[in-house]
Amino acid sequence: MSELFIELFSEEIPARMQARAAEELSRLVAEALAPLAPSDIRTFFGPRRIALAATVARAVAESRSSERGPRRNAPEQALAGFLRKHGAARAQLREEGDFLVLDRVVPGIAAAALIARELPGLLRRFSWPKSMRWGGTSSFTWVRPLRRILCILDGETVPFDLRDGADNGHGLASGNLTEGHRFLAPAAFAVHSCAEWREALRDRFVIVDAAERRRVIWDGVTRLAAGHGLTVVDDPGLLDEVAGLVEWPVPLLGAIDAAYMDLPPEVMQVSMRVNQRYFALRDPAGNAAQCFAFVANVVATDDGRTIIAGNERVLRARFADARHFWDLDRAVRLDSRVAALDKITFHAKLGSQGARVQRLVRLAGALAFIVGADPEQARRAARLCKADLTSGMVGEFPELQGVMGRYYALHDGEDAAAADAIRDHYAPKGAGDEVPTHPVGVAIALADKLDQIAEFFRIGEKPTGSGDPYALRRAALGIIRVIRDNRIRLGLGDFLSRHTNIGQTAEILAFIGERLRVQLRAEGARHDVLNAILPGETDYDIVRLLARTDAVAAFLATDDGANLLVAYRRAANILRIEEKKDGPHDGPVDTALLGQPEEQVLAATLDRLEPAIGAAIRDEKFTEAMADLAVLRPPLDAFFDKVTVNDPAPELRRNRLRLLARVRAAMNLAADFSRIEG
Amino acid sequence: MDTNISLPPGSAPPSFQDLILRLHAYWSAQGCLILQPYDVEMGAGTFHPATTLRALGRRPWAAAYVQPCRRPSDGRYAENPNRLQHYYQYQVIVKPSPADAQALLLDSYRALGLDPLRHDFRFVEDDWESPTLGAWGLGWEVWCDGMEVGQFTYFQQVGGIAVDLPSFEMTYGLERLAMYVQDVENVFDLDFNGRGVSYGDVFRRAEVEYSGHNFEHADTAMLTRHFEDSERECAALLGHGLALPAYDHCIKSSHLFNLLDARGVISVTERAAYIGRVRALAKGCCESWLAGERD
Repeated sequence: MSELFIELFSEEIPARMQARAAEELSRLVAEALAPLAPSDIRTFFGPRRIALAATVARAVAESRSSERGPRRNAPEQALAGFLRKHGAARAQLREEGDFLVLDRVVPGIAAAALIARELPGLLRRFSWPKSMRWGGTSSFTWVRPLRRILCILDGETVPFDLRDGADNGHGLASGNLTEGHRFLAPAAFAVHSCAEWREALRDRFVIVDAAERRRVIWDGVTRLAAGHGLTVVDDPGLLDEVAGLVEWPVPLLGAIDAAYMDLPPEVMQVSMRVNQRYFALRDPAGNAAQCFAFVANVVATDDGRTIIAGNERVLRARFADARHFWDLDRAVRLDSRVAALDKITFHAKLGSQGARVQRLVRLAGALAFIVGADPEQARRAARLCKADLTSGMVGEFPELQGVMGRYYALHDGEDAAAADAIRDHYAPKGAGDEVPTHPVGVAIALADKLDQIAEFFRIGEKPTGSGDPYALRRAALGIIRVIRDNRIRLGLGDFLSRHTNIGQTAEILAFIGERLRVQLRAEGARHDVLNAILPGETDYDIVRLLARTDAVAAFLATDDGANLLVAYRRAANILRIEEKKDGPHDGPVDTALLGQPEEQVLAATLDRLEPAIGAAIRDEKFTEAMADLAVLRPPLDAFFDKVTVNDPAPELRRNRLRLLARVRAAMNLAADFSRIEG
Repeated sequence: MDTNISLPPGSAPPSFQDLILRLHAYWSAQGCLILQPYDVEMGAGTFHPATTLRALGRRPWAAAYVQPCRRPSDGRYAENPNRLQHYYQYQVIVKPSPADAQALLLDSYRALGLDPLRHDFRFVEDDWESPTLGAWGLGWEVWCDGMEVGQFTYFQQVGGIAVDLPSFEMTYGLERLAMYVQDVENVFDLDFNGRGVSYGDVFRRAEVEYSGHNFEHADTAMLTRHFEDSERECAALLGHGLALPAYDHCIKSSHLFNLLDARGVISVTERAAYIGRVRALAKGCCESWLAGERD
C-alpha cells in the first residue's frame, strides 16, 4: 500500500466554504481513484489550503475477461455490431463451441500513472459555491487563485499539469512544495509525507487541523477571560468561522471603552460578532464585560500591543456607529414608526409590512381570548411588533429585530409585557431557542407564524422538497412548540377558517400535521399513532391531539392493547375480504339472530362500550377510553375462538359480519387502528 | 506622538497627502500609469472609465489614481467622526491580474509603514458587486488589526459582460487608512500636509453645506429632469457609437439617482427600477466601448 498526499494551496478561501471543499475533495478522490481502493481518507482544511491523505494500492493489476459474441453462423450484422461495440477486429476473436469469443485484457497501471491521469480532470470538475477566473492564460477556475498543487505518492511527486491545448492551466504543475505562514515563514519547502507536512507546517506557524485550531482558540480565549474573572459567551458558529480565518491562532484580549458600556449588550455582541468576529465576554453576574476576546493570525514583534490597540480602536468606531443609531432611533417613538411600515414591502404579492401588521393586530386580538392575554395589550404589542424594522439599528443589524423593538418600547414607556412580546414574537427561531411563555408574547408569536403560513399558502408559495425560502416549516414547528409548551387549547382548523381570509385551511392543517409527525418521529415517539387519530381530529387542537396520541401509544404498549390490535386486524381483514364479495356490512345487528353466547356477550359489551368510548373521547378522558377498549378484549377473543363468522346460513354470516363491523367502528372511535404500523 | 506604524525615531507619520504620494510612487514603480481623478461626480473609483471600460477587452492595462467619491446619503453635517459624503479612494487596476497580486498589495502597505509582522493582516471574504454597473468580482476586504484598509477584487463581469481578461482591482479608502496610520479618531483631525493644515480645515465646511444640499435643498424636480436628460443623452450618444461621452452621462445618471435617493423621494420599488435603468446605460456603454476596442 502507498500513501497518497494532495495539498491544494490557494489564496484565501472563504471560511464558510472550507469544510465542504474538503468533503468534495474526499468524494472526488474516492470516485476517481476507485481502482486503487483508497482507504483511510483524511482531509484538512484552512484559509489557504485544502489537503487529503489516503492509503491507496500500489497499482491496478492487469485484468482479463472474455466476452461471448454471436454464434459462428450468426448473420453478418450481428458480428459487425459485436465488433463495433468492443472496438475489436474479427481476427481477435476465437471460437469456442458454437460461439465466437473475444478475450479482453485491461492492462495494469501503476498508482502514480493513474493518479497523474485522473487529477487534472478531478480538479477541473471540483465544484465551489462560486468560483472565479484570474490571470489571462487559462479558463481553469477555482474559488480564488490556486497557487500550488502538491501531490506525492510515497514521497515522490506524481507529475501532472493543468495544461489543456492552448490553455496553459495557469502554469500549474504538481510538485512537492508548499509554503508556511504568509508572514512568519513564507519560503517554499519540500515535503515527503502527510506526517512531515503536518509537522513542518507546525514549525512554520500553520496548524493544519481545523479542529485543533478551534481548540487552541477556545482554550486561549477562555483562559484569557478567566484571567480577568470573566467567561466567554458560547458561540460555536463564530468559533468555526474564526478557525477558518487563521492558520496560526493567537488569542488576545482587548478593552472596551467605558463610554460605550451603556449600549444594550445584544447590540455590542452583534456588532462585535458580525463586523469584527470578536467574542463577547460576561462577568460572573452575567453582565456584559468591559473586555472582548479576538484572534490574531500572527505572533507580533511587540507581543501584540499594536494589534490590540488597533482592534480596540476599530471597536470604538463600530460602537460610535451603533451609538449613533441607538440615540437616533430612541428620538422617534415606536408607534410613530408604524405608518412607515406601509412603505416597506413584505413580499411583492403580499403587500406591505403595514398590511401585515394590520392582520397581526386582528389575529392577536382573537388569540388573546384563547391564550388568556389582555386583548388590549396583545393588540398593542402586535401593532408595534414590526415597527423596529424602520429603525437605523435594525437596518444595520437585521438580526436585532425584535430585540431593538423591546428596548425602544420600554424607552417609550410601553407596557413591559407588550415590550417583551415584541422581542419574543419571533421565537422560537430554532430548535434550541426558547419559547415565549407570557400570554401576550404567546399571542403575538402565534399570530405572526399563523399569518406567515396562511399568507404564503394563499399565494401558492409552499415549501417544496428542496426549498423553503420563507421558512414556513420553521414557522409550523414554532406554532407546535408554542402551543405544546404553553398547553394552549386552540382548534387550529376552526381558528384558521374563522380568522384568515383563505380557503386553504385543510392544506395548512395537513402541513402543520406533517411537521408534528416529523417532530414526534424526531422525539422517538410513535408517529403512526398520530396518523391513526388524525382522521378523528379535524380541528387540530394540538394539545388534545398529543394527549390522545399518548394515550393510544400507552395502550398499545400494554398486553391488552397489543392483543386487541391483533384482534382488530383480524376483524378488519375478514371484513375487507367479505366486503369485497358483497358490499359493506355496516347495517344494524339483529339481536334475535345472535345464537351463540359469545356473540351475545360481544354485542352486549359493544352496547355498553360504544357510548362510553364516545363520551370519554369527547370529554378528553383518553386513558379512560382506552381502559374501556381493553374491556373488549376477552369477549372479542372468545368470539373468534368459538364463533364461525362465515356461517353457511347467509343471514347468520351477515349478522356476524355486522357485529365485526361494529367492533371496528367502536375501536375507530378511539383511533383508526388500521393505520397503526408494526 | 504614538502612531500605528513603524517609524524611524523623530519622524512623523505620513500626512494625508504624503500617503497619496507614497502610493503613487509605489504603484508607479510597479508599472502603473498614474492617472488623475475623473471630472464627473461618482460614487466609487470603479466608475472611472479607466477601470470600468478598461477592464473590458484583451488589451493589457495598469493604472492607479485618486478618485473623489460622493455618497450623498452618507453626509452627517461634519458631525460624525467616521462618515463623509465626499471622500477619496485610491484605485489600482491591473489587467490581467498578476500572479503576485496579494504580495504586491502587501508591499504597498509596507511602503506606507505598516509592517505585517507587527500588524495582523487578513484577507476576509468579500464578494464585490455593483448592481448599477452590472459588475461583480470575487476577492476580499483587506483587514489590518481588525480594520478594513482596502478592497481587493478579481473582476469577473463588467456591464453585464464576462471580462476577457480578469483584472485585479484594489481600492484603498484613503481617509480611513490615514486615520489608522496617524492614529486619529476623527477624520477632521487628520494631518493633511504635515504643516499644520487639517482635513477639517479643508473639508469641514463642504461637508456641512453638501449635507444640507443632499438632504434638504437639492431640487428634486430638477434632479429627476436631469436624470431623464442624462439617460436620453446617453442612449443618443450610443447611437452614434460615442462610448466615452455616453459613459459620462451614465455616471451622471448614477450620481443623480444617489442624490434623489438621499432626498428620500425614491420608494423601495422605484429604487430597483432606477438601478435597472442605470445598469442598462452602463451595459450599452460597455458594449459600445468593447466594439471600438475590437475594431
